[in-house]
Amino acid sequence: MSSDCRITRRAVLVGAAQAAVAAGMSRAEGPVRRQPGLTRAQHVVWDAHGHLSAPGDTPAEKLANLLKFADRMGIERVIVFMGYPWSQDPSPDEFRRQNDQVLEAVEHSRGRALGFVYLNPQHTQASLDELDRCVAKGPMVGVKLWVAVHCHEACLDPIVRRAAELKAPVLQHTWSKITGNLPGESTAAELAALAARHPAATLIAAHSGGDWEPGIRAIRSTANVVAEICGGDPAAGMVEMAVRELGAERVIYGSDFSGRSFASQLAKVYGADVPEEAKALILSGNIRRILAPILAAKGIA
Amino acid sequence: MITDVNVNLSRWPFRRLPCDEPARLVERLEACGVTQAWAGSFDGLLHKDLGGVNARLAEDCRKAPAGLLRPFGAVNPTLPDWREDLRRCHEDYHMPGIRLHPNYHGYRLDDPLFAELLAEAERRGLVVALAVRMEDPRMQHPLTRVPDVDTGPLPALLANRPGLRLVLLNALGPLRGAAITSLIGAGQVCFEISTLEGVGGIGSLLDRFPLDRLLFGSHFPYFLLESAILKLQESDLSAEQVKAITRENAASILAK
Repeated sequence: MSSDCRITRRAVLVGAAQAAVAAGMSRAEGPVRRQPGLTRAQHVVWDAHGHLSAPGDTPAEKLANLLKFADRMGIERVIVFMGYPWSQDPSPDEFRRQNDQVLEAVEHSRGRALGFVYLNPQHTQASLDELDRCVAKGPMVGVKLWVAVHCHEACLDPIVRRAAELKAPVLQHTWSKITGNLPGESTAAELAALAARHPAATLIAAHSGGDWEPGIRAIRSTANVVAEICGGDPAAGMVEMAVRELGAERVIYGSDFSGRSFASQLAKVYGADVPEEAKALILSGNIRRILAPILAAKGIA
Repeated sequence: MITDVNVNLSRWPFRRLPCDEPARLVERLEACGVTQAWAGSFDGLLHKDLGGVNARLAEDCRKAPAGLLRPFGAVNPTLPDWREDLRRCHEDYHMPGIRLHPNYHGYRLDDPLFAELLAEAERRGLVVALAVRMEDPRMQHPLTRVPDVDTGPLPALLANRPGLRLVLLNALGPLRGAAITSLIGAGQVCFEISTLEGVGGIGSLLDRFPLDRLLFGSHFPYFLLESAILKLQESDLSAEQVKAITRENAASILAK
């Protein structure tokens, strides 16, 4: 990690908008100001959920533009998955193309970004082959599954089994909408059912089920599922409930950039009424612990 | 010094919030540098006795540190004798404005009652704060599904109300593109940043949005107050832009 990154992170967390506002923050001054209302702790922040939707002609340019904002918010490292344009039910050719975009972005990120491989379990063998290409033999460190198929279906089993062998976590989109889910959109309860069949795997419930109060309850008794808090409004109380019901070691920060702001999602942690030790785990400690074996195997610091 | 134009007192109907007690709310506002907050009441969403709601709101604001909480009482034009609620907000409680929830109160903006309410608010010089949404419609309680307010009729109404000052709450995101443009062009309409999303959202918005129409709003305590504050940091804003958003634009609305 570059020293510049660490300086920026410290600057952001030691000071920021409120006092800067009082002083009339300017571009020349930058965001280095004490911020009484926000956390003063200097947490390391890894963003566990992001996409390449940003200005730029290439994946590398898009990620570079996003990292400028990450720098302003003190984010040390980001995890990216899925290329562009998005596809809800990608063919093998399509998810390979999107994974190539992510590989390119990660390669040029100078260690700032990690990649998860995007798969479609309906194409089981092709997904297993892509998992081997991008994770077993490539630099990616996790699996991203979106809305192609409900995640409790049997077609996921060989993928999750292989991911567990590779020590790669599986991040599954979960959302329960009163307005109606997409045809293949998974719920947190479905993820818990999948996880129960694979106790050696680490499953990440992206968005904590969207409707997070029942979502957190749905995964509560399944210890190998962690809640990832991104993607919803910055509703107060979400992180407090997750920590209360799951324990801080089962909660991780992500933003779902660039559709969401870093700010609104970081606020869920910074503004939560939980101990600083819990915030440290959520902001990076937990995802670093989860990824430690596969990062070590790949020689990634 | 921040003026937050979107703060709520009392209890969210579906969940306890960490800062839904007045003392904790005030403590948090002050800790984050908010020196003035335009406060409505969550009770105004579903309670039918809005006279009681507004009396409690005014009293809670009066008890807060001087000048911190500015009450915006709820008025529902479908209730009997709604003009008396409006009168009390203006004459008895000296509120600078009112808070409207058309979707929770069950009327559309093409309802003639709404036009009457706008006319009366304009005549009295009251700011009208209209909440386009309160929570993500995808995650509402199954027995209380409330769609976003359809703002389609607003531009035509505003064209006839040049003196009306309208602040749309929780609107950036629910409204996009042409809907925003038509409102900006129709009258004295301002938006606030609580539901504005996307990386560098404020900076991106200001590429195509007039600075003097953008206000700091948090939707606190339903949202974390830190969300709106950190958005100021995420975008590369000039000192002039920050001052305009956080206090000068709001002050200008009240000064008119």
